[in-house]
Amino acid sequence: MKEEIIIAGFGGQGVLSMGKILAYAAMVEGKEVSWMPSYGPEQRGGTANVTVIVSDNRISSPILSMYDTAVILNQPSLEKFEPAIKPGGILIYDGYGISTPPTRKDITIYRIDAMDAAAEMKAAKAFNMIVLGGLLKVRPLVQINDVIHALRKTLPVRHHDLIPMNEAALRKGMDIISLVG
Amino acid sequence: MKGNEAIAHAAIRCGCDGYFGYPITPQSEVLETLALEKPWETTGMVVLQAESELASINMVYGGGASGKRCMTSSSSPGVALMQEGIAYMAGAEIPGLIVNVQRGGPGLGTIQPSQSDYFQATRGGGNGDYNVIVLAPASVQEMADFVDLAFELAFKYRNPAMILSDGIIGQMMEKLVLPPFKPRRTEAQIQEECPWATNGRKKERQPNILTSLELDSAIMEKKNLHLQAKYKEIKEKEVRFETLMCEDAEYLIVAFGSAARIGLKVVEMCREEGIKAGLLRPITLWPFPSEEIARLGQRVKGILSFEINAGQMVEDILMATNGQTPVAHYGRMGGVVPTPDEVIRALKEKLIK
Repeated sequence: MKEEIIIAGFGGQGVLSMGKILAYAAMVEGKEVSWMPSYGPEQRGGTANVTVIVSDNRISSPILSMYDTAVILNQPSLEKFEPAIKPGGILIYDGYGISTPPTRKDITIYRIDAMDAAAEMKAAKAFNMIVLGGLLKVRPLVQINDVIHALRKTLPVRHHDLIPMNEAALRKGMDIISLVG
Repeated sequence: MKGNEAIAHAAIRCGCDGYFGYPITPQSEVLETLALEKPWETTGMVVLQAESELASINMVYGGGASGKRCMTSSSSPGVALMQEGIAYMAGAEIPGLIVNVQRGGPGLGTIQPSQSDYFQATRGGGNGDYNVIVLAPASVQEMADFVDLAFELAFKYRNPAMILSDGIIGQMMEKLVLPPFKPRRTEAQIQEECPWATNGRKKERQPNILTSLELDSAIMEKKNLHLQAKYKEIKEKEVRFETLMCEDAEYLIVAFGSAARIGLKVVEMCREEGIKAGLLRPITLWPFPSEEIARLGQRVKGILSFEINAGQMVEDILMATNGQTPVAHYGRMGGVVPTPDEVIRALKEKLIK
């Protein structure tokens, strides 16, 4: 098993931490993982992306040209990464940030209105966990229990009271993701 | 854990006595992690943010002179500032560790990853005939493992050692097993291991003098001959490299550090296409695995030196193969990291044709 994932959106949306929690959960399950951020002068509102690789075997390059799965949270990222999905791969996007939807016919496209759901739940900070829930519904890479464990390990103790809300967000994401077309 | 964080944890665990550094992207997590871990409360390791890179390297010089395991870390422009101190350490034979998490240059350059300090690391960078032992980690695990290894080599040969990493390995997260905990050496252990150290003169011995200065050129030449003999011994004993899928390879990719990770992907993709490619990854950049490259060079149709720079290690490969094998270079500069696809294209265009 090997899954090469790009998660891309605006800085401040929790793109990097979503990738980190996914990688951590996969590591807990004994997988090889790598997490490579686009680091640099990124900031809230700028674009940010992270490449996460989960594999049964030694991972070679942490930097890739093509991806199995792309999680896209804004328009500039869609334009950049839609062409970089392998034929037969998966694209997940949040309708809120996308004005021109994806058009490729040789990949499977899912939509998740996570921004709207986060607002409804009054849980803007758990937006990324809604997206992660959606991803795990269509690509069950790790168990939800291990994601919760990863949250416990990566969140500072003072934020541990937010874990139930994050769990609810994961489950919400699993409910609302839908196949496009 | 990030590569930079691994460096900090490994330093605490390997009995490091002192870290002196100054923040710079993309290596700032080293000092940040040490500040969070507060090793001065547990192992007694000193952690100090110096006022500049010049101060940091001279603190490493001072600490190393007293036989302590001292280190600094920085990124390319910061390491450029340290070159005088490194040359002085080489001249005075003072062990110490310098970590360079490279970014693009020249000058202040960019904060994105690069491998353009290969020459700076392996050719000196400071003045005089000297070499620094250079280790190139290609994973977060090696970032951790090479800290102790670098100190061991530095003290064994009384020579500065360098870990030459870059923004990719520094910033990426992978799983790792932290090295076992090793206590800091006691004063008595330092006395025994480093009889040359300037750690307080006892009545029973002559003073130890550590300096790179010698105005009598006959003595200075002797000192140089001693250094050259030491470098020869290091070249004979300490070459380290890894080969992957080289047994039946027709094309050899030579790459170090982060480029070796991308290079391995290239080899995997080549094999899927039916191109028999293999990877040689120098782990020590100095001493360089010239013999193994020459040996493999006899068997392959061509060698691609893949580096994230304008072509630096390729010179060592050309010297190793001495015109016997076609050698080409591919790289990008200024913080642009090549994707596996473009490296394959380069391999085909430059060597397979």
